Amino acid sequence: MKVTIDGHTIDVEAGTTVLEAARAIGGPSVPPTMCYYSKLKDCGGKCRCCLVEISKGSERDPRPMPKLQPSCVTAVQDGMEVKSATSPKALDARRAVSEFLLINHPLDCPVCDQAGECDLQNLAYGNKNFKTRYKEERRTFEPEDIGPYIQLHMNRCVLCYRCVKLADQLTPERVHGVIGRGDHAQISTYISKAIDNDFSGNMIDVCPVGALTDKTFRFESRVWFNKPYNAHRDCPTCSGKVTLWMFGDKVQRVTGRKDVYHEVDEFICNDCRFHHKNAEDWVIEGPRKFEKPSVLNINNYIRPLKKVHIDADELILEGREQDEKKISMPAIPYDAVELEAIKEVKEE
Amino acid sequence: MARINEFISHYPEGKKKSAMLPVLHAVQDAHDNWLSVPLMNKVAEILEVHPIEVYEVVTFYTMFNQHPRGKYTFEFCRTSCCSIRGGEDMLDYACNKLGIKEGETTEDGMFSVVGTECLGACGYGPMLQLGDFYHEHLTEEKFDALVEDCKQGKIKLD
Amino acid sequence: MARKILFENIDIPGIKDYEVYRKNGGYRAVEKAIKTMTPDEIVEQVKTSGLRGRGGAGFPMGLKWSFIDKKSGKPRHLVVNADESEPGTFKDRFLMEYIPHLLIEGAIISSFALEANLSYIYIRGEYMWVFKILEKAIKEAYANGWLGKNILGTGYNLDLYVHCGAGAYICGEETALIESLEGKRGNPRIKPPFPAVSGLWAEPTVVNNVESISAVSWIVNNSGEEYAKIGLGKSTGTKLISASGHIKNPGVYEIEMGMTVDEFMNSDQYLGGMIDDRPLKAFIPGGSSVPILPANYIFKTANGEDRLMTYESLADGGFTTGSSMGSGGFIVYNDSACVVRNTWNFSRFYHHESCGQCSPCREGTGWMEKILERIENGHGRQEDIDLLWDIQSKIEGNTICPLGDAAAWPVAAAIRHFREEFEYHVRFPEKIKNRNHFVNEPMEKVRHLLSL
Repeated sequence: MKVTIDGHTIDVEAGTTVLEAARAIGGPSVPPTMCYYSKLKDCGGKCRCCLVEISKGSERDPRPMPKLQPSCVTAVQDGMEVKSATSPKALDARRAVSEFLLINHPLDCPVCDQAGECDLQNLAYGNKNFKTRYKEERRTFEPEDIGPYIQLHMNRCVLCYRCVKLADQLTPERVHGVIGRGDHAQISTYISKAIDNDFSGNMIDVCPVGALTDKTFRFESRVWFNKPYNAHRDCPTCSGKVTLWMFGDKVQRVTGRKDVYHEVDEFICNDCRFHHKNAEDWVIEGPRKFEKPSVLNINNYIRPLKKVHIDADELILEGREQDEKKISMPAIPYDAVELEAIKEVKEE
Repeated sequence: MARINEFISHYPEGKKKSAMLPVLHAVQDAHDNWLSVPLMNKVAEILEVHPIEVYEVVTFYTMFNQHPRGKYTFEFCRTSCCSIRGGEDMLDYACNKLGIKEGETTEDGMFSVVGTECLGACGYGPMLQLGDFYHEHLTEEKFDALVEDCKQGKIKLD
Repeated sequence: MARKILFENIDIPGIKDYEVYRKNGGYRAVEKAIKTMTPDEIVEQVKTSGLRGRGGAGFPMGLKWSFIDKKSGKPRHLVVNADESEPGTFKDRFLMEYIPHLLIEGAIISSFALEANLSYIYIRGEYMWVFKILEKAIKEAYANGWLGKNILGTGYNLDLYVHCGAGAYICGEETALIESLEGKRGNPRIKPPFPAVSGLWAEPTVVNNVESISAVSWIVNNSGEEYAKIGLGKSTGTKLISASGHIKNPGVYEIEMGMTVDEFMNSDQYLGGMIDDRPLKAFIPGGSSVPILPANYIFKTANGEDRLMTYESLADGGFTTGSSMGSGGFIVYNDSACVVRNTWNFSRFYHHESCGQCSPCREGTGWMEKILERIENGHGRQEDIDLLWDIQSKIEGNTICPLGDAAAWPVAAAIRHFREEFEYHVRFPEKIKNRNHFVNEPMEKVRHLLSL
């Protein structure tokens, strides 16, 4: 089937979605996505970030579609013409969606572990010179503990349903879901149950925002200070193909290998993700290559570098001693005359 | 249980989950008008689904209560059509009379007052729902009488 | 113009019961349909009748039926949508409460036409006593051989059950209704696939409103051609209107389409005019989702023609000066009603009822409600009015299901036609603070302040 997106024509198989066709073309025509995940069935259509204008329905029925269509769940028709990055209407609607997603978002990127690899951040940065018009109080949720490995920050959630679909499709029993309705719907287990099964850690990888983060990596490092390496190990449960996020010789985090759309190639097991944080556990294949410029590859880390030894603990202690000297002062910083004056003032 | 099985029999083999809403209604009616976690787990067991699927449903629909409520819960419609005929005034009146705020229950656990969205009695407002029944064309006198009847146990809820 | 189809027998004492209903010609249409007609003939009759779905969207019912996938060989279902929750609409409840067998009769014929062997009536949970009325009526129908195996010896089997919801407006949307019927949260599905191909349990399903299904027996008895003669133009047949608000006689009325709004509103046979001597300020012709109209566009369209009770005439002028028939929830306001407060009220409703799946509706409805609440309580800002306009325009058309549109339209129409009232709220907050649920001074009396 032939489909034209922003003037680029491509041949795709029947049943391909407009979004997949756009990804095959690549470039600026690829709509952003928050909820769609190609590796999960029946996942998409909810966030409305990927709206496109269909200016010609198909060869057979050339009428344009009256409404913008979510490209992730719209199948390509033969002869379809789509405007993505060239449609002011679609761009406008996407901008509106990102505003909607942000109005109740806590904007706590400075303390969020997802910052630097967050889809919502990327989406928001796409709207240049954007200032919020939301003046009301932001929605908040009670924190819920969902076990020792995964940190749930419901305030950051965009309700993409990816983690729910993942639990349905990858794990034997789903214990978390979406409870409540409307803008008070939330990801929860309802009874504060630990989410514990071999593949639950993948919820972290599919989460587009910082709602589900890795507790074993919590506040360890900003993601851009880590260097990602492809590595593998012999794992009886999963393929064992992962990305190691290293700081010096330390493995700080293990994730699945993600592509340019932040989707993992293969889901990995919790054992690989949480329990193998020694570099010796892994066969390191080499540094990951980046498809597009990013803060992660600006410092040219692919180039072989001399090993620098940084003993963080020692350096910190050394600094502390100096600091102590600089700001040290006598127990009571007043001399006798001053003390007398203070006393007098108090008595008056 | 007979009622639950009757509901389940309305759906084809292997589609037990479809009976979720009617079954939850039956269970809630039989247990002081609210659904505790053990009750929801029991429903999950009967319908052969994961407990989270029941929690998801219960929290979605406003008629299922996750906490105990007053024995007599007055649910006032406050959407436009009732409101312009004095629905919100009636709601305020009820709150004042019973000495509670909207959404609260009296200390003795007898009465709750809740504001709800459209109940489909727009031409007959102001109105309230009590148990399975509607009380329409409300006036302050009618509401007083209704409260009195509740106190004397004369009101049928289902 | 007082033709009755659905209410023909409604005044007969005891019509609720099977015996009385049967004696008055009830279930004759089932006999005729099952014994003498083929399913396709019935679909043809309904197509000819021009009957349009009475739930709100007004989609031609025969056409909808013809979309159902009969080729796949999968079991088919009819689901009657009795989840009537649109503010201003209470007509289906009236039908089911007073003449339940009419719906059951229609459901049997429609199921036969769709070649469905398992059908449901989905009723909102709040109508629990109506649920019980329908349960009883269905039992009577089973007992008399109208439902079950081998109906009338023709070999046609049909099971019909009533299923209750539990308080969710969104379940009136057909795919949300199907989800709910499957025992899930009422989240509307992404379309396509449409229910006619993959509906209940992924099987072909048609969802129709109570009023539409109830009209089917008459069409079978009298032919689609006869039905098409009633009404005006493409608005064929009769329509139930549920009237509420500041009028003398609120209630449910059956009217022949084509009556003037003026006659409906002011004749004693119908609404009987305004409740007291306060003047008419605005009205909503089709339930809370459709645009509100100011007094000058109610009886006449923008180009001076009489406004009629038809799909076309009510929509005349588009959304600029017209509205829509919707579900026939006729709400009338006099000048004691505050448009801002009313719009806030509707916004609160849609915020409360949004399922929370897609972002524009989930976030946008709450945002609009908060702004409107602020304006109504005297904390509005000048830029809020344009902001509201912008938000509603970004929700409309960009959501999974029509709830987003339904939430956006009332806000848009209120701003379009009553902008000065919003401005009054913003500019004179001290005048609107601390009042009760109605206006202190009608707009007529304070309009001059705005020009100062």
